[in-house]
Amino acid sequence: VTSIRLVKGDLRPPGPPPKRHLLSVADLTRDDVERLLGTARTFAASLERHVKKLPTLKGHLILNLFYESSTRTSSSFELAAKRLSADTLTVKSAGSSVDKGESLRDTALTLGAYDPDVIVIRHPQIGAPQLVARATDAHVVNAGDGKHQHPTQALLDLYALREELGRLEGLHVAIVGDVLHSRVARSLLQAFALVGIRATLVGPPALLPRELPAETTVDIEAIRDADVVYVLRMQNERMEAGANFVPTLREYTARWGITPERLRPGQKVMHPGPMNRGVEIDPRVADSPDSLITQEVRSGLVVRMAVLYDVLTGGPVGVQALAAAEVA
Amino acid sequence: MLWQKELAGADVVVRGARVLDPVEGVDAVLEVRIDGGKIAEVAEAVDANEHRVIDAQGLVLAPAFVDPHVHLRTPGREDEETVASGTAAAAAGGYCAILAMPNTEPVLDSPPLLGSLVETARREAEVQVGFLAAITQGQRGEELTEMGELADTGAVAFSDDGVPVASAGLMRRALQYASITDRPLALHCEEPSLSRGGHVHEGRVAAELGFAGYPSVAESVAVERDLALSRYEGGRVHVLHLSAAESVDALRRARETGVMASGEATPHHLVLTDDAVRSLDPNVKMNPPLRAERDRLALLEALRDGTIEAVATDHAPHAVHEKEVPFEAAPFGVTGLETAFAALYTHLVKPGLLPLETLLERMSAGPARIFGLERPRVAVGARANLVLLDLERDWKVGERPFRSRSANSWLLGSTLSGTVRLTLAGGAVVHES
Repeated sequence: VTSIRLVKGDLRPPGPPPKRHLLSVADLTRDDVERLLGTARTFAASLERHVKKLPTLKGHLILNLFYESSTRTSSSFELAAKRLSADTLTVKSAGSSVDKGESLRDTALTLGAYDPDVIVIRHPQIGAPQLVARATDAHVVNAGDGKHQHPTQALLDLYALREELGRLEGLHVAIVGDVLHSRVARSLLQAFALVGIRATLVGPPALLPRELPAETTVDIEAIRDADVVYVLRMQNERMEAGANFVPTLREYTARWGITPERLRPGQKVMHPGPMNRGVEIDPRVADSPDSLITQEVRSGLVVRMAVLYDVLTGGPVGVQALAAAEVA
Repeated sequence: MLWQKELAGADVVVRGARVLDPVEGVDAVLEVRIDGGKIAEVAEAVDANEHRVIDAQGLVLAPAFVDPHVHLRTPGREDEETVASGTAAAAAGGYCAILAMPNTEPVLDSPPLLGSLVETARREAEVQVGFLAAITQGQRGEELTEMGELADTGAVAFSDDGVPVASAGLMRRALQYASITDRPLALHCEEPSLSRGGHVHEGRVAAELGFAGYPSVAESVAVERDLALSRYEGGRVHVLHLSAAESVDALRRARETGVMASGEATPHHLVLTDDAVRSLDPNVKMNPPLRAERDRLALLEALRDGTIEAVATDHAPHAVHEKEVPFEAAPFGVTGLETAFAALYTHLVKPGLLPLETLLERMSAGPARIFGLERPRVAVGARANLVLLDLERDWKVGERPFRSRSANSWLLGSTLSGTVRLTLAGGAVVHES
């Protein structure tokens, strides 16, 4: 039997040309990643100066719409926008009309009436950023949608890795823990594939999704071969009672927790935060000189500046463009 | 067991069409005269008798379709569909008869409620409608409905469609009791502890996108269980919306060894795979979910060899505001009455994957046989339940408004071949385009 032509791609009538969004790492090319990391580096240099604010996005409105709690991501998006002189408006679901049962589409339409240039959205459900992109005229940046994607996290991790290790291509990263519920792991796998990083997934059987295109193993010893160990958070809030993904957290920690004993000297450790110290990561590891966790947070600011700049200007930033923006 | 509003029997002559009734063994260019809604003559040339003459040169005249699986949303969600709008959609899709599922609000689980729906159908239904009643009260899976009186009131079959009968013991009792009614049980096969929280087929696409998986085995273990119970008790079962290769294999084996079981497949499971979910379009979200290519090919093979006897749309209308939400928050289900033939003709028949005759049989005689309904046929003396198809004419889905009150079609915006030009249901002309 030959395969028939599927109707995918044919599902929707052709609309206006697509706006520039960052919804998924799957939409990026290697060139896009290189450009974004390059832009981030330029911004990092500007942050070294005494006056850290750039006039680049003056007059633009950036709206942060957060339906899930967040410290790192929401604060760094807000600060990134402010460093670029954009106006910012942050709406959190608690205390907003969402509490009164307003649908995401209606909230997006309401806030869209202010003509925001960018909507940064975090939402517990897969596909929420796509819905906002369809419902409004804004450029949309996905700050995490359910278990699907967290593209700026993947980009900031690439940035931190390159800054610390001097290269990306040819690195080997072991991703350890709850891969099943992790949007970070999914985004990282796609980003690693783009830049030539080898990934190995390590964790309990029920937390390693079947059919994910990656090397997977339940054996924690596998982390020894890696240049970097990327530790995922045990996402208790995503695990319904009685699901029995692992028997107990204690057993998880004993088998898969990252302790100094399980690491080689000089092996780097990353974690997207927030950490459960003593569960997936030993505090001695988290606070060791080989931990890149603080660098990840710092990278988050410049990478998010680069993403906001990139979706709005639609092109490479280069030093000249930056200089011109500064003059303006 | 089927109801329709009172309509004048047609007096028409159809000339020049290729008359195609695979069960009657007819395939020739013939003329058909219908007197007062009954087929009076089928010959190379018939007298017009002052009837209206329809020039059907280049068209195909076939038995009209029967859909064994439709959600009319009445009572309870008349904003999504009514008996009038759902049957108008059916007429536009070439159907002469449809069967409505009982998962309404309230659930169709009592004789008085069935009686009132029958009255509505007698007033509003454009095509013939039959009703399935629930297996368990409120479809809660706890206590059986009064199947005897429901059958006497006109229930065509019994089903808890939308939710599975989770308890094997209760399923056994249902099979035992349904035997007094001589009506089949139409089964939504899903093991809830395996499908729990799942939105998308558990496979590569769900893994990459992060969706909780709804594995094939959640369906196939339930199919195996119910076939085993049917073998033990001897009751008739019909497996609704088959989606997994393993379920199809189980059904084939059971039928070969004498179990009285039948099955149906939907156009979307026959055409799409879980790859379509990458669009995150809520209009490709349904239960059971779209599965892998090997599952789709198994369904197609079973449709060809007759293991699957019926195409069913599982027409499931949803309000726009309920579907325009993130994929995970959207309800399961898509519409299908107005697109089923064209979708399968375009994607299966035209590329040479399924003979036209087989498709026509599975959309008409097959489902009629399963549920003991009058078989639509091109034969003198039969009531006119006919469809006139233009296989050459393309159309764009959604360009003209749907007759259905809902528009949650997985085919929105796509171009299909095959247009329904005329539908005769219960002897009356119910659709023309």
